[in-house]
Amino acid sequence: MQILSEIFSFYFLLSLLRGATPLIFASMAGLFSERSGLVQIGLEGMMLMGALFAAAGALATHSPWMGFILGGGAGLIAAAIYGFFAIELKSDQVVTGTALNLLAIGFAPFVTKILYDSTGSTPGLDLSSRFSFEPILIALLVSGVIYYLYHRSQLGIVLQFCGEEPAAVETAGYSVRSWRWIFILVCGFLAGLGGASLSLFLASSYSPMMTAGRGFIALAALIFGKWKPLPTLMACLFFATIEAIQIRLQGVDTGIPVPWMQALPYVITIVALAGFFGRSQAPKALGKI
Amino acid sequence: MHDVGGCVIRSLIGLFVGLAISLSIVAFAGENPFSVFMILIRSAFGSPYDLGLALFYTTSLIFTGLSVSLAFQAGLFNIGAEGQLTVAALAAAATGVLLPEVPSPWAPLLATTLGISAGALWGFIPGWLKSRRGSHEVIVTMMMNFIAAALASYVVLDLIKNPESQNPESKILGPGYLLKDYDFVQKFFVDSPANLSLILALALSVLIYFFLYKTIWGYELRASGQNEVASEMAGISSKRWKTLAMTIAGALAGFVCVNEILGSSGRYKIGFSPEYGFVGIAVALLARSHPLGVIASAFLFGALQKGASDLDIETATITKDFARIIQAILIFSVAGATLIDFSWIRQKCFFWKKKGVTDANFE
Repeated sequence: MQILSEIFSFYFLLSLLRGATPLIFASMAGLFSERSGLVQIGLEGMMLMGALFAAAGALATHSPWMGFILGGGAGLIAAAIYGFFAIELKSDQVVTGTALNLLAIGFAPFVTKILYDSTGSTPGLDLSSRFSFEPILIALLVSGVIYYLYHRSQLGIVLQFCGEEPAAVETAGYSVRSWRWIFILVCGFLAGLGGASLSLFLASSYSPMMTAGRGFIALAALIFGKWKPLPTLMACLFFATIEAIQIRLQGVDTGIPVPWMQALPYVITIVALAGFFGRSQAPKALGKI
Repeated sequence: MHDVGGCVIRSLIGLFVGLAISLSIVAFAGENPFSVFMILIRSAFGSPYDLGLALFYTTSLIFTGLSVSLAFQAGLFNIGAEGQLTVAALAAAATGVLLPEVPSPWAPLLATTLGISAGALWGFIPGWLKSRRGSHEVIVTMMMNFIAAALASYVVLDLIKNPESQNPESKILGPGYLLKDYDFVQKFFVDSPANLSLILALALSVLIYFFLYKTIWGYELRASGQNEVASEMAGISSKRWKTLAMTIAGALAGFVCVNEILGSSGRYKIGFSPEYGFVGIAVALLARSHPLGVIASAFLFGALQKGASDLDIETATITKDFARIIQAILIFSVAGATLIDFSWIRQKCFFWKKKGVTDANFE
């Protein structure tokens, strides 16, 4: 009981929402990509680029907002590379996404070496060029807007049909190719914001591999949330809760070795994906171009 | 593979385009692309020691390349080779540390068996989840990678840590476990970590080639990868083959423990792998998942890995992480080149015409 009351406090709620922020951005990004029929394994890479350039932008301008936008832009460019291969050249989407992740991992030290003469990290950000709470609100706001667009607007219908029945979209006079480009760029921008909230909000600099699999966990949240905005948001909060409990428990002496607790979110992700809490149906044309 | 020539040409086009793009990126950092290329070559083949190190990387990459290829052939994408080789190395190292008294011929066999079994288990879990529960193997294998890393840091740092070392590494294995006594490969490459495992890797490639292309089992595995419905109709249980393929893939990645633990360092060092598992994806793609192609492709990437290691010293702005960029760009360009459509060249080129353009393999 002592442990439980120590875990569930106001600070716990705050740390939960902090942890959920990058996940929410990333899984909403994944929603745009996967709902339009493009398998998105490359979220991790887009987030890394977003995190790196957000930190660089905030360092240069001393404004977290400039960094945030720049991070989104970097994610957008990463997504454009993916889009070029997946939409134009029709390469295998899973392979292309994996290549994007590797590219981001290799590209980051290349940039930090040129800009800061370091082998992977950026210098630390001072308090004025970081966020204190804003990304949480933006993330929740963005999910609200996406919820509205997805369920109540024509855009949402186009998005869903691109992934379910592309031929129908063409028949209705929309170009699937152009719309997929738009959706993949939105996806990149959102994933970039997710990365930016890592380096500007959760941490205070960019460090190598700081996403730590969040791109994949976000994808799992998307699947777990049946590719729908509200359930996906709930799934993100669920994964963030596990993460927050894990971090909290590291500070409490429970007798469980720390690496075991660090593995907990990954184990839970596998269990969730295995459909032990209910199965979900992927968009019909996902991965088929 | 009905069109081997076309496959090789596509791979080579992808390779050259990828290399050209990667090297031109160097110019943005203010370096001369040509001199960077020469550094890569010299550092990989400059001396027997350099070549030995390149072959050492090649050996591990053959194992992970085979692992990814075999999964590809069954229609699965194994990005979990990294986790599979981690648990395999962990099992081999733990065996050697906890049972140091086992005599020589049995010790390496025991450690190898336990190692590849651990790798196979790490492949079986995502394979089973994929075929029985429909979980996406990419996400599951990625999660398994993180779990393996956590497991490794727990076992190595809490259970079998070397108290005399400042580095995060395990105790040294019992003397019977090391391959040194039998090792004739190492005599060619003095002081380098190249070892007997190279022969094992080559033999395994040939074995997998025969398995995939000359046995009914291999045929069933490939059939279930190419068309699940059709193979079910023909009485092939594609679910069973998908599970099995991931299990075998895990075992293949697990062989890295022979090269790294028993063959060279004799202990488990945290972070010993320069992401062999992920480079294995590039190896498999360039080889178009052909087990014999994996040998050539692994050698290329092994040389690249070694070549990049000198970039830190010899250039002002390029680090060894540049290898990662080249690998990624090669994956992009090879994956993009897969879809080069030769049909229009065939119509224009008279010597292609003899074969006829009847095969109409465009959709």
